[in-house]
Amino acid sequence: MAIEILMPALSPTMEEGTLAKWMVKEGDTVSSGDIMAEIETDKATMEFEAVDEGVIGKILIADGTEGIKVNTAIAILLEDGESADDIDAAAPQKASAPVPVDKEQSSEDAPAAGMSHPEPQVDTTPDWPEGTKLKQQTVREALRDGMSEEMRRDDRVFLMGEEVAEYQGAYKISQGMLDEFGAKRVIDTPITEHGFAGIGVGAAFGGLRPIVEFMTFNFAMQAIDHIINSAAKTLYMSGGQMGAPMVFRGPNGAAARVGAQHSQDYAAWYMQIPGLKVAMPYSASDYKGLMKTAIRDPNPVIFLENEILYGRSFDVPDLDDYTVPFGKARIWREGGDVTIVSFGIGMSYALEAADRLAEEGINAEVIDLRTLRPMDTGAILKSVMKTNRLVTVEEGWPQGSVGNYISSVVMQEAFDYLDAPVINCTGKDVPMPYAANLEKHALLTTDEVIAAVKKVTYK
Amino acid sequence: MAAKKTTKKTNASAEELKAYYRDMLLIRRFEEKAGQLYGMGLIGGFCHLYIGQEAVVVGLEAAAEEGDKRITSYRDHGHMLACGMDPNGVMAELTGREGGYSKGKGGSMHMFSKEKHFYGGHGIVAAQVPLGAGLAFADKYKDNGRVTFTYFGDGAANQGQVYETFNMAALWGLPCIFVIENNQYAMGTSQQRSTSSAEIWERGKAFGIPGEAVDGMDVLAVKSAGETAVAHCRAGKGPYILEIKTYRYRGHSMSDPAKYRTREEVQKMRDERDPIEAVRTLLLDGKHATEDDLKAIDKEIKKIVNESADFAKESPEPHLDELWTDIYAEMEA
Ligand SMILES: Cc1ncc(C[n+]2csc(CCOP(=O)(O)OP(=O)(O)O)c2C)c(N)n1
Ligand SMILES: [Mg+2]
Repeated sequence: MAIEILMPALSPTMEEGTLAKWMVKEGDTVSSGDIMAEIETDKATMEFEAVDEGVIGKILIADGTEGIKVNTAIAILLEDGESADDIDAAAPQKASAPVPVDKEQSSEDAPAAGMSHPEPQVDTTPDWPEGTKLKQQTVREALRDGMSEEMRRDDRVFLMGEEVAEYQGAYKISQGMLDEFGAKRVIDTPITEHGFAGIGVGAAFGGLRPIVEFMTFNFAMQAIDHIINSAAKTLYMSGGQMGAPMVFRGPNGAAARVGAQHSQDYAAWYMQIPGLKVAMPYSASDYKGLMKTAIRDPNPVIFLENEILYGRSFDVPDLDDYTVPFGKARIWREGGDVTIVSFGIGMSYALEAADRLAEEGINAEVIDLRTLRPMDTGAILKSVMKTNRLVTVEEGWPQGSVGNYISSVVMQEAFDYLDAPVINCTGKDVPMPYAANLEKHALLTTDEVIAAVKKVTYK
Repeated sequence: MAAKKTTKKTNASAEELKAYYRDMLLIRRFEEKAGQLYGMGLIGGFCHLYIGQEAVVVGLEAAAEEGDKRITSYRDHGHMLACGMDPNGVMAELTGREGGYSKGKGGSMHMFSKEKHFYGGHGIVAAQVPLGAGLAFADKYKDNGRVTFTYFGDGAANQGQVYETFNMAALWGLPCIFVIENNQYAMGTSQQRSTSSAEIWERGKAFGIPGEAVDGMDVLAVKSAGETAVAHCRAGKGPYILEIKTYRYRGHSMSDPAKYRTREEVQKMRDERDPIEAVRTLLLDGKHATEDDLKAIDKEIKKIVNESADFAKESPEPHLDELWTDIYAEMEA
């Protein structure tokens, strides 16, 4: 049957074009790959090749014609044994149009419009049963225990990074792990973040459960393409066939006197990415329990630690298998006057502020988000519905901060409950300076949190 | 590249030669059809065709065993067909339909098949190189004797992460075959204009990785080099580099007018070095097949390709609920 040759789309945006020049004439035999015409698209002049074999029966659109819509017939190709006389008789094959999407289809999970304020669902079960024996541990020890327990449990889990093995970790997090697990599972890498992050993601595709340590998250910027484009998106791009079950971990945020390139909080960066989970714990029990959950999670998890917290001690439950679920905030302190939401080292400021405010008779409820994605917005909303006031606290920069996001959720879901604008306490909007006095100024302070609370409580 | 036809005696059987002819022809006809569907607006965005490079994947697949892995860039349709993925599923992914390998959510550049050990389909130039080494890392960790074919282009070969990966792959003895598909151009930039070394594989020497240059228009030469590389990796000797000199006939993607090279350059390659014509000549000259045998293969391929196009047109667009699935994996029970 004669085949209509249609005006082709030759760029992602082309809707019409000019038939600059025919390179064949009626009666010519063409086979696939032969150049038939030159076509001007919205961007360039392109050669248009034949796909089917046959004889050019009729040219329908002449050289130089402009504004030809894509999919208009421009010529008719005759196949074996046909003649030009058959053209009118035979109805040429037409291209079938795409099957349209059913416009009635609705998407059930579309974000809800913001006007209704249903009671938020909040999981308030305690992290460990009452009467559990507690021990004091540093964040450093808790992290190591969390990783080691999971490595004993699952031999697909391994740790790789700079100085993690022989040196026992640049911050001594992996102390003793090389001895226990051997060089096969505790692997020193060259200084090559982009490369070893990619190898880690590939190993996860291949069925292992890598823990990739960045000496600090500042250096993970070298690897951010693999974290986002390779690890976070593959499950989706593969229609659910394969993903990257793994943990990227290391210290994040300001240390002390190390200057602009070594002091940055990436919480808000990673929190933005669908496909990633993001944990940023404060206490040692959460470091341990969330690390264990992160390793078991079948998705890529960003685990943001803090160098200043590594040496701090907290109560840790003395249990064989202590885990903390993602997406469940912890209420450190109950109060009715104001809600302070924070995470990671921001909790130090939040808790200190709450102590001092209590002395002045202001009772703050302090919520530790623990994970930023998923985020326990229910716990925030429930608290705000009680206190009617909210202050967020984080070390990162103000523009596009975690607090900005929380403010928008609260505005949409609990606007009627707010008695004051939400205030986001953040680090100053500057690169981190080196000088001791300037650095102190650049960082968030407890005084600023107290001032913010007084402002929203009109005290 | 020497402009002469392959005339050397082959140790491939008639059946093998016919299979290579068939597999290469399937890729070529499939790609031509994809180009046509693109022209009709049924395929959108970027669409990078593999026409001209067919001997690379067909030759290397002939050297692979069940369970070996492969990973490549966005120019991935040929790799998928060569490793046995279903043309219907590939074409339907190109048209963004429910029946595609990624349910329409990946597109031309992002397809995967766990079953066929095909790990994508990656759009960031050279990102697949450490990913491929990571797959090899997992195989070595599991000690399962598998190798990974990690394909990348001459342009990709200038990315830093390639050399980070070479270093670690050599250091850790990973069973990874780095396949540089040198088609001489990275979009509009020729190798001469972008690459300090004429022989890219020689860069491996700095890391102690052996390798060789291979005539990529000769499927038998590719297969034989593939066998050397596979044997090296399987013997636990670490990575191997194959720089396969090949040529793409079409533009970089569908919207590339290819003004950076002459029409004569392309035509000469087609006329004198076409990998499919070369096998066709071997088959006919060696009396391994008759014109009629080959016609029958042509017909079979045409049917498969037309069916894939029909499937890709008829498969419905994904349900809107698919927007929200496959973002996170559920915890295994
Ligand atoms: C990191 C990155 N930079 C740029 C691009 C845009 N781009 C896509 S393909 C390409 C050329 C790659 O050429 P080559 O590696 O030789 O592969 P080929 O297309 O020839 O198969 C470029 C620059 C990209 N996708 N990723
Ligand atoms: Mg190239």
